[in-house]
Amino acid sequence: MLRYFNFRVIWQYMPLFLKGLWATCWISGISIFFALILGIIACGMRLSGRRFLQKLAGIYIESIRSTPLLAQLYFFYFGLPNLHIYINEVETGILALALNSGAYIAEIIRAGIISIPSGQTEAATAYGLSYFQRMRYIILPQAIGVTIPALLGQFIVLVKDSSLVSLISVLELTRAAQRLASERFMPAEGFFTAAAFYLLIYYVLKYLSNWWQNHLIFMEGK
Amino acid sequence: MLDIYFKELMHSLPLFFKGMGITALVSGISLVAGTLLGVMCGILRAVKRFGLSKIMGFYADYMRGIPFLVHIFIIYFILPETGIQLSPFPAAAIALTVYAGAYISEIVAAGILSIPRGQREAATAYGLNAFQRMRYVIFPQAVRVILPPLVGEYVLLVKDSSIVSVIGLTDITRVGWLTVQRIPEGLIVFGLVGILYFVICYPLIHLSHYLEEKISYETH
Repeated sequence: MLRYFNFRVIWQYMPLFLKGLWATCWISGISIFFALILGIIACGMRLSGRRFLQKLAGIYIESIRSTPLLAQLYFFYFGLPNLHIYINEVETGILALALNSGAYIAEIIRAGIISIPSGQTEAATAYGLSYFQRMRYIILPQAIGVTIPALLGQFIVLVKDSSLVSLISVLELTRAAQRLASERFMPAEGFFTAAAFYLLIYYVLKYLSNWWQNHLIFMEGK
Repeated sequence: MLDIYFKELMHSLPLFFKGMGITALVSGISLVAGTLLGVMCGILRAVKRFGLSKIMGFYADYMRGIPFLVHIFIIYFILPETGIQLSPFPAAAIALTVYAGAYISEIVAAGILSIPRGQREAATAYGLNAFQRMRYVIFPQAVRVILPPLVGEYVLLVKDSSIVSVIGLTDITRVGWLTVQRIPEGLIVFGLVGILYFVICYPLIHLSHYLEEKISYETH
């Protein structure tokens, strides 16, 4: 029976949890950084109008979106050594997370770019701007503003997905909880604490997203 | 060397198909149950009448905030402490149902709230009661908005079901994990795992796109 909830043990394991929280944060941070770069590149390829690049980006996005992250993670974890590429677990995790999120971010940014009226592109073309300049100065600044809430949503998903790297024995929040659960046989204390930390991250990001949306409405109202 | 592994892999192919069956079964059950749960919670959330809307909001936030991995550990390891013993399959089905239900409730609530107020007011003027309004006026219209993201959610459900492998259910991912211990060719084994998931998810993704286009075409 779940008679009592042992806060003392949680307090005792707090350093481990904080270490896990920190690991979760920086693994997610680095992954979202690379995912953004990947997403922008993939999206650029998809909208480039070149047949080959479009196909390539399409294959990347579709194959990532129709397979689970866990399978991708194991694919790299068990597969890369066969190609004589030896990277440690953290790097494997970041690689899988970044590749996974990159595909979703490409779709989010594409939706943002499509939402910009075509008149913008036409006007920029009339001004003699090249494709790159149009993207850099006209389209992307507008598209990014619209997509920020969706990108933050993707970041929330990424933070949650980063729990999966615990399965390839990286110490992060979920792993810390598992450690407490297996060392002290107290799964409730371990997993509820981890859940509380995840919820904390979630609410911070959600708050940011809401704030930005209100900010956008405010700006458009002016 | 590689062709020996390949032959070995062909021998374990039935295992993979069995895993695919388990994945399909557990996602199928949670898909139906999750949809029912989600529609119920979504309506309760949108109606803001019984004071349940706040609770439903927290339920959705909680599920959106914690990783599925933590959620399934909570169901599988903590429920037994309260006296509810579950074997892996029901635990996985329940975890997936509750998880998907939260996301679906968000989709349903958003769909219902997207219907203009005038519809409800007109239905009230016609003398329909709350249930009839929802059943005959609001919901049929909301379904059009709900359907595309709902199918998208099913894709996520199938993908999330890969995580139930950690509590020992032999779905596709776990079969892959077991196979890779015998056949140390991660790329081939998990390539196959990926293909099997692709076969399930890709049609669903396209169904979602198709519905989206069809519905946006019809409304314009």
